[in-house]
Amino acid sequence: MQLAKVIGDVVATVKDGNLSGIRLMLLQPLGPDLKASGRTLVAIDAIGAGVGETVFFVRGKEASFPFHPQEVPTDAGIVGIVDHVDVPEM
Amino acid sequence: MILARIVGTVVATRKDPRLVSNKLLVARPMDPHGKAEGNYLVAVDTVDAGVGETVLIVSGSSARMASGMKDCPVDAAVVGIVDHVEVAAGD
Repeated sequence: MQLAKVIGDVVATVKDGNLSGIRLMLLQPLGPDLKASGRTLVAIDAIGAGVGETVFFVRGKEASFPFHPQEVPTDAGIVGIVDHVDVPEM
Repeated sequence: MILARIVGTVVATRKDPRLVSNKLLVARPMDPHGKAEGNYLVAVDTVDAGVGETVLIVSGSSARMASGMKDCPVDAAVVGIVDHVEVAAGD
């Protein structure tokens, strides 16, 4: 799993039937210092995260598991909202 | 999933039988502001997308969960046509 900031959302009317009713969020992955690192991506939202929040998300087929047994075609999904991160300086 | 713009189509007569009658598209990944980034890729179309449209592409084994792609040899599938992308101010 990876940390990310929700920076926006995506609206798509024409989409796979198994994606209907599911929110699509725009994520900016973060490093442990909570600074942006890596390319933005689109993830489904399984927990009700909002724009501006820090979350963690899962990549791969596992991203669809919160909606099991529905087969949601996604490779990224938000599975938690971060309260705080504590990384002692290395 | 990634945002991408469809820039063309691929025609292949000889291909895996499970790919027969599937449309193949050439896509260019882009950032939320519409700027192209990364390498072009070929994705199978499941939502009737066309050249010039902004789409959502799912990659890896998850692409096989797209409608009609069960057990097909694909690693990228177009699963949505994007109406608009909303980016928070400052991001």
